[in-house]
Amino acid sequence: MSHAAAQGDGTVTSHEKIFTGERRAQLEALFAKYPTRQACLLPALWMVQEARGWISEPAMAEVGEVLGVTPAFVRGVVTFYTMYHTHPVGRHFIQVCTTSPCGLCGAEETMQAILRESGCGELGATSPDGRFTAIEVECLGACGFATPILVDDDFIEGVTPERVPGILAAYK
Amino acid sequence: MGYPHPSHPKETVLLSKYFGDPGARTYAGWIERGGYEGLRKALAMPRAEVIEMVKQSGLRGRGGAGFPTGLKWSFMPKDEGKPHYLVCNADESEPGTFKDRELLRWTPHAVIEGCAIAAYSIQAQTIYIYIRGEFTEPWRIMTKAVEEAYAHGALGADAFGSGTRIDVVLHRGAGAYICGEETAMMNSIEGKRGNPRIKPPFPAQAGVFGMPTTINNVETLSAVPHILTRGAEWYKGLSLSSPKSTGTKLFSVCGHVQRPGNYEVTMGTPMRDLIFDMAGGMRPGRTLKALIPGGSSVPIMTAAEVEGCALDYEGIVAKGSMLGSGGVIVMDDSTDMVRTIWRYTRFYAHESCAQCTQCREGTAWTTKVLERILSGRGKQEDLQLLLDLADNMTGKTICVLSDSCAAPVVSGIQKFREEFDAYIAGARRPVLAAV
Ligand SMILES: Cc1cc2nc3c(=O)[nH]c(=O)nc-3n(C[C@H](O)[C@H](O)[C@H](O)COP(=O)(O)O)c2cc1C
Ligand code: FES
Repeated sequence: MSHAAAQGDGTVTSHEKIFTGERRAQLEALFAKYPTRQACLLPALWMVQEARGWISEPAMAEVGEVLGVTPAFVRGVVTFYTMYHTHPVGRHFIQVCTTSPCGLCGAEETMQAILRESGCGELGATSPDGRFTAIEVECLGACGFATPILVDDDFIEGVTPERVPGILAAYK
Repeated sequence: MGYPHPSHPKETVLLSKYFGDPGARTYAGWIERGGYEGLRKALAMPRAEVIEMVKQSGLRGRGGAGFPTGLKWSFMPKDEGKPHYLVCNADESEPGTFKDRELLRWTPHAVIEGCAIAAYSIQAQTIYIYIRGEFTEPWRIMTKAVEEAYAHGALGADAFGSGTRIDVVLHRGAGAYICGEETAMMNSIEGKRGNPRIKPPFPAQAGVFGMPTTINNVETLSAVPHILTRGAEWYKGLSLSSPKSTGTKLFSVCGHVQRPGNYEVTMGTPMRDLIFDMAGGMRPGRTLKALIPGGSSVPIMTAAEVEGCALDYEGIVAKGSMLGSGGVIVMDDSTDMVRTIWRYTRFYAHESCAQCTQCREGTAWTTKVLERILSGRGKQEDLQLLLDLADNMTGKTICVLSDSCAAPVVSGIQKFREEFDAYIAGARRPVLAAV
């Protein structure tokens, strides 16, 4: 799958259609599960992000066209939910919980270790080698296992600063 | 059980019995453990009788508000004119709460069975289980369990040969605390921004897709099969205290305890037992300073208030807080209360859907005033300003997110005022850089 060429500011020079072939069929299978097409918006956006890594303006327009809603409406939804990326991110996306309960148990230190070891340096930034983007997120629903992090779809519990290098090494 | 720790003798394990036992995740494993008996029984009963049984059991919602479950189901219209929906709330994002995640991970079929019983009772053919986007592992496990439940005829056009159609659709969230609020969740399922809706109309009249809808929490629904198989009287009899708080409740204990985890106790168990016996008490050399008993949205309790507090809806209210979601956040004497409270208000400011002015502005302003205090530039008037803001944020908005932001601020200033004063007087070193 060739990715749409993305510039640093998130603008896209070309857009290869996403909902064709098998992915189109997958989306259409979802239509039967909801009384409206619009209800497939969140699932469709997940499909876009899975395919392309992020959700560009032309991708939003395509989703709107397929589901019968305006691109502006799609954009409003995309930007409401924090898990959708409106810009390209590193090959691996790290989310670290720093909400109070984890904060009581050292989440700040874990986050600092992740920023350091991943090369991201600061929150929201991508490491110079393009390998990681790290952000801080609110409560991941695993507060008894402080500090939980998500690396892509891998939910990892009990992350301490000492464990960070070993954990990150598994992501190339 | 005290997952990830072994069961404690003071627990009563019902919903958490199979936490840590992967064998319970499969359909066959669940059947071996007595699963789907409750659903079979319900499908053979008149719908009204199932609802009556749940009413009699005294089961109340475990998602936060504690609304009687059977009563909620009885609000659904009885005619078959329009489609009805059941929504299972698996958005679990209330700081301090991590029980639904374990229910989804270890006993997915209990969740499906509870959903199916509820759906049958309220004549809903479709169930949406809304799982927060970050719950990647529960999503995979639930996906597999739903497939298996269909393959074995527990779900589908003719559930267990009863002639009743029950479909389950898993719907993935995408990162928004507010979508845990029931009407925001309905908008989110419809493919919209997760803005809460003004009530009335209530979901039982016009819920998701404008149709009659019931929404229940994962833990609430997971308790239902037990009520069906063992009876309402038995469930009610588990309570140690008030007839208004029945059955067992999962408490997620986190923060400064030696054994953080989920503990299941009968309602009315002393709070002290949960903190000091089951969760192992404080770390060596530390003492309890405060705790938040029901997820971050409820008032803070002092160590003195924990004494003599019963873990049930009424017992916690009597001590000035609320049972909420059962997420217990424990803070020992090393805790900086001002900084901790600031981190909560920052959470609410981040999660406000921004529809209501009092919430959008109030959560942000509260956070900024706390930042001022923490950076050593606070003024004595700031405490009154915080209380005035809290007053404007309570009872004035579409949903209670802004009330939730006010709760730790008001109770924090009431109970730990000297810590705020110390920052303002310059007696404590600033912990945030001046902005
Ligand atoms: C801001 C906000 C967030 C909420 N988050 C959740 C949640 O994550 N999970 C949940 O079950 N209920 C949550 N609730 C409560 C739901 O609105 C609703 O009362 C509950 O799901 C009903 O189920 P129950 O009667 O079984 O408790 C939240 C409420 C508010 C106001
Ligand atoms: S506060 Fe970190 S997972 Fe809940």
